[in-house]
Amino acid sequence: MWTLLQIELFKIFRKPRTYLAFAIIAAFVFLIQLGLLVNGRDWMKFMMGSLDEMMDIEYSKLINGYAVCYFVLNLLLVHVPILVALVAGDIVSGEASMGTLRLLAAKPVSRTQIILAKYFATGAYVFALLVWIAVISLVVSLAAFGANDLVVAKEKYYLQVEASDVLWRYFSAFGFAFIAMMVVAAISLLLSTLSENSIGPIVATVGIIIVCTLVSEMEIPIYQKYIKPYLFTTYMLGWKGFFYIGSDAENQTIKGSVENLPAILRSIAALLAYIILLVSASVYIFRKKDILS
Amino acid sequence: MSSIIRVSHISKQFKEIKAVDDLSFRVEEGDVYGFLGQNGAGKSTTIRMLLTLVSPTSGDIEIFGKRLSGHRKDILQQVGAVIEKPDLYRYLSAYDNLAIFAKLSGIRPERDTLMKQLDMVGLAERANSKVKTFSQGMKQRLGIAVALVHDPRLIILDEPTNGLDPQGIADIRSLLIRLSREMGKTLLVSSHLLSEIELVANRILIIDKGRKVVEGSATELLDPSRTIVQVETTDNTAARNKLVTTGWAACLQESSATLRLQMNKADIPVLTSDLVGLGISVQSIQPRHSLEDYFLSLTTPNIHVDTVTN
Repeated sequence: MWTLLQIELFKIFRKPRTYLAFAIIAAFVFLIQLGLLVNGRDWMKFMMGSLDEMMDIEYSKLINGYAVCYFVLNLLLVHVPILVALVAGDIVSGEASMGTLRLLAAKPVSRTQIILAKYFATGAYVFALLVWIAVISLVVSLAAFGANDLVVAKEKYYLQVEASDVLWRYFSAFGFAFIAMMVVAAISLLLSTLSENSIGPIVATVGIIIVCTLVSEMEIPIYQKYIKPYLFTTYMLGWKGFFYIGSDAENQTIKGSVENLPAILRSIAALLAYIILLVSASVYIFRKKDILS
Repeated sequence: MSSIIRVSHISKQFKEIKAVDDLSFRVEEGDVYGFLGQNGAGKSTTIRMLLTLVSPTSGDIEIFGKRLSGHRKDILQQVGAVIEKPDLYRYLSAYDNLAIFAKLSGIRPERDTLMKQLDMVGLAERANSKVKTFSQGMKQRLGIAVALVHDPRLIILDEPTNGLDPQGIADIRSLLIRLSREMGKTLLVSSHLLSEIELVANRILIIDKGRKVVEGSATELLDPSRTIVQVETTDNTAARNKLVTTGWAACLQESSATLRLQMNKADIPVLTSDLVGLGISVQSIQPRHSLEDYFLSLTTPNIHVDTVTN
């Protein structure tokens, strides 16, 4: 299994397409950082709206490395699934269209091992992608903007998290995002086992994400009650929960706490269930599949 | 001699199409087993079943005396294969491709071993070139190196000369002969070209529409007494009219638009002199061995012309 995993990693990281995602993310984050560095104060003033007139806001403190990273993640994590699908959607079907799948499947390794190795290798790619996002959005932002308290908006109020209480939240959020992205990878893997060209699974994964996101965002009662709880997209943005700090009876924030830990844990459990279900289905289909490519 | 492959009554149904229909055959140790059939005859499906890429609808396959379904890993460790086109990872070098498939076959060879393997197929100098820069012939040779990298006991090659130029075909042919005679490997080689198979195989199986047509030793099947001879004359119709009045009438193939006779190859000189004696201007006389002709010869009675009477 370890040998197979090494081979899969070697193949993924020798493919030029793999690095496209890293380049896209770097360009995107750089543009945001540059924009906030030049025009951050005006933008933040606009975002604060009437609050700006009601209180004296220290914008120089508000626009800090943590805040920039939070802003980047809000924009980026919605689009990262597309970049994950780009690699995961190709992982089986790409080999089928290239003709190497038959060589691979005719070797003395089990098909279950092949699929699991491919999934774990995709996991390594997702992990590398998130580390890359963390480095360029968190480390670079901290270097460029400095560290200070993080203010996050939640529905109709703002929460302030002390600078010393932020870093672990980022690590947790990235960990959560990793699980969420592995659900996307599992969807792509499943579609990839069903197809003999790469484009189909990539487009289908993106389509599924768009449709599920739209349905889970719709405030239609029947959707909210009967469909939303079963959509993976409902749980994917649970990483934000780590930044919603808990508070006591006097409305004082409690350092090191989160407002609704059980909700976060429920989201993680739902996402893990999706992963198990989708990967098991992929293994089952691939084991039964006649390789005719 | 023990059976390396034993296929018993395998069939494969793809929805409405029966690709392989109750096929049985045996490959013995040391055989170069020619697996012949026209495109779509079921050769590739059979080979894919031998390599566990496709599961049979019914029937049983034993390789090295073990059931394939229960001993897949053990068996495939001793099998090397090129399946149809030699598709490899285009974005990787020849060396990397070979190293990957060596590891997948359960071995971890030294660089020298891999380079020797590439040298054997004439690719040592291009070891670090990406496969996407290779010609079809180079890919085919690399595919064979991949099939041989773990020193398998059984080598399965599906249409190994497809897309190759005459030199490439000759190179592959000599490699197959070397693998069999010098290295004692058992080979199953599929092709739709009888001319390719007859030069290397000691036993031949011909299939058509998924069913066995005939199986036997190459010497039995390529019986020269059943050669199809194509005659080109200045007036084929007149020549045919004259031949039907002679002892060659029984050899004439009526369905053919051209002038064809099924006869003993050794009688070609007699035929030539008879044609000249009948006043027929002969442009060429060509013995043919295409699979199509061979199929025809299998479905028509065996006629041997010893003497010709006017």
